[in-house]
Amino acid sequence: MALSGLQIYKLLPQTNCKECGYPTCLAFAMKLAAKQADLAACPYVTEAAKLQLEAASAPPIRLVTVGGDGARLEAGNETVMFRHEKTFYHRPGLFIHMRDADGAEAIKAAVAVADGYIVDYVGIKLGVDGFAVEAASGDGVTFAAAVAATRAASQKPLILVAPDPAVMAQGVEAASGARPLLCAADESNWQKMVEIAKAANAPLAVRADTLEKLAALVEEIKKAGVEDLVLDPSVQGYADSLTSLTQIRRLAIKKNFRALGYPVVTFPRRTANGEVDETVLAAEHIAKYAGFIVLESFDPATLYPLLVLRQNLYTDPQKPIQVQPGLYEINAPDGHAPLMVTTNFSITYFAVNNEVEGSGWPAWLLVADAEGMSVLTAWAAGKFDAERIAKAVRSTDAESKVNHRRIILPGQVAVLSGELEESLPGWEIMVGPKEAVDIPGYLKVMWGEKVG
Amino acid sequence: MPITVEIPKEKWAGSVRVVTLGATRAEGGTRAKTITVGGDATLPFLHFDGAIPNRPALAIEIKDRKPDDWSPLLYETWGEAMQDPADWARAAEAAGADLLVLTLSLTQANGKPNAPDNARAVVRQVLQATGLPLAVFGPGQAEKDNELIVPVAEEAKGERLLIGVCEDKNYRTIVAAAMANDHLVSSKTPMDVNLAKQLVILIHDMGMPMERIIMDPTTGSLAYGIEYGYSVMERLRLAALQGDSMTQQPMLVTPGEETWKAKESKVGEGVPESWGDWKRRAVNWETLTASSLIHAGAGVVVLRHPESLKRAQRMVDGLMRHTE
Ligand code: SF4
Repeated sequence: MALSGLQIYKLLPQTNCKECGYPTCLAFAMKLAAKQADLAACPYVTEAAKLQLEAASAPPIRLVTVGGDGARLEAGNETVMFRHEKTFYHRPGLFIHMRDADGAEAIKAAVAVADGYIVDYVGIKLGVDGFAVEAASGDGVTFAAAVAATRAASQKPLILVAPDPAVMAQGVEAASGARPLLCAADESNWQKMVEIAKAANAPLAVRADTLEKLAALVEEIKKAGVEDLVLDPSVQGYADSLTSLTQIRRLAIKKNFRALGYPVVTFPRRTANGEVDETVLAAEHIAKYAGFIVLESFDPATLYPLLVLRQNLYTDPQKPIQVQPGLYEINAPDGHAPLMVTTNFSITYFAVNNEVEGSGWPAWLLVADAEGMSVLTAWAAGKFDAERIAKAVRSTDAESKVNHRRIILPGQVAVLSGELEESLPGWEIMVGPKEAVDIPGYLKVMWGEKVG
Repeated sequence: MPITVEIPKEKWAGSVRVVTLGATRAEGGTRAKTITVGGDATLPFLHFDGAIPNRPALAIEIKDRKPDDWSPLLYETWGEAMQDPADWARAAEAAGADLLVLTLSLTQANGKPNAPDNARAVVRQVLQATGLPLAVFGPGQAEKDNELIVPVAEEAKGERLLIGVCEDKNYRTIVAAAMANDHLVSSKTPMDVNLAKQLVILIHDMGMPMERIIMDPTTGSLAYGIEYGYSVMERLRLAALQGDSMTQQPMLVTPGEETWKAKESKVGEGVPESWGDWKRRAVNWETLTASSLIHAGAGVVVLRHPESLKRAQRMVDGLMRHTE
């Protein structure tokens, strides 16, 4: 947790010698607290104070990077409990589980399919983040072959899952240069796992079934020299998962509790009984505090909603994703094509754009500057009104692009019709459908048949 | 080397208000049971911080007639039952719903505008078909809502229905009807903490007891603005726990309606292959929207597909089991 100016002042020499360039130690302390000065500017600060200040300025949740030569993935460095307080920073990685016992060929084929998966969401390309290879066979040679097969088909980051250090060592060798996350050190094997992690300079997951044991084990492992750690609190279901992950996040952020200040890895399918729905639990882990999530199998029908959920919840609330206001052409419109208006909230824009494009109708889409809000939210906030729409019509010179004088308003803001008629004299205001999905039908009937 | 981990606990000044829907015979209605929501003295499912006396209630939405524009997957799952609101209500009860939400259409099956007599008759049928507590919402157009909901409120006097839609431009008529006939109201506002609070104040100012107001903060769905709804709900719950009285109403959310109009759920053709199997994707869309909103503090969750209902139920079962 960051120290206040006063707390920092107490650690300074308090002689006001001015050599740091500030008139007093307190002034310097205030600048340090605001991260506008560098501690090195004071030549007299003691070693003990330096250590204390450095420790205090470390992030409450350590940033851990998995991956090496190919793609990398970062987790940690989160600063809040709720996204509205600031934002969530590092989207939890979604890893697909592979079992070595399935054989190298089968693994290679399965990895290739998942590796090549890309889905487009509002213009952002989403996909799988990596693979978790498990030594289900218990045999080092089989495990190494499975790791090699995975790497042959994908450059994405790896998690190696093996309880036996001897088996793990063989997997790590097959993953050399990939800096995989090693999963996991527990009470019984941690000394050997630490050696392997140190030799490979790889991050290490630490597993225990209570937070006390987990914290104790982390302290031991830190002392033994591994700093890049990931926590596996062995959660089993919805309730204990929410409790443990919330407590870990709270301890790290609110209490600066170092022993649990690491990202968390979860296995939503690893449950004692069949009652837990992996997809629903994975969604909980996305919202409530996981850094790495291992999914049992690759299924676009599950992955796509999880990826979108993650994208949504990790959007910075202060910066809604926006598109540039302006007049957009869809399907090469001419002067007869309909003119539709919407806001510059990217999700709204893409929903409308996709429907119009899919319908095959040439159209002009006028995107008004509504400060990145959706139609209804913008309207409620006074950012999408007749005045703004009229302004958009004029600033984009829409009048010269179409040879009719009709504009289609989103159905959600039908109430604006009257005002818009006044703001745009000579224009006919048509009220479109409330939902984007109904646009093709609307264009066919209202534009195609009535307007012609 | 043992380490003591002292879990930081939150001490909250306030809690979510307790609201009961439905009335049994003894209470002046005809329901076989009532449903109580709210009372949470903690953030959702953090049992270690405070008491959670009631679980979120899971509702199925039915309509007064077979809708014209629902997803083929919903027609497939409810089948013939959609032809008759009473059958549909029974099917929803059999699917395991805690309560039913009946939404009235703008038009009747024969194309004529919906009318008070029809609305009364449908509500009567549904009340007779099941013993579950019931919510009845108008089509969402001010005049039509008032025209239909007032007679419904009279018809079901004493049943403690949840009625709506109360919005900032149109709440007085429905609130008055609810007060006169012993019902509850749903206060619906567009994704904003202050607007949600304001409308509750306005409704309460008319004399409606706080114990009879539920708020619908509007949430959006997965891919279509859920992050706004989710954060507004988290902020409302935090405000409630901090003791802001006018934010302490239980929250009703409608992931069924929100997701089944989205392309990702609604249609199976003309969409990218990378979206995967239609049915699994569609139900996931509704289930994950619902599950996320439950984590954000929903008290009443209105769904459309019975499989989403089952999955949400199992999740709530798990989240309420906290003995370990
Ligand atoms: S150089 Fe160090 S001791 Fe001197 S005024 Fe600055 S902070 Fe104080």
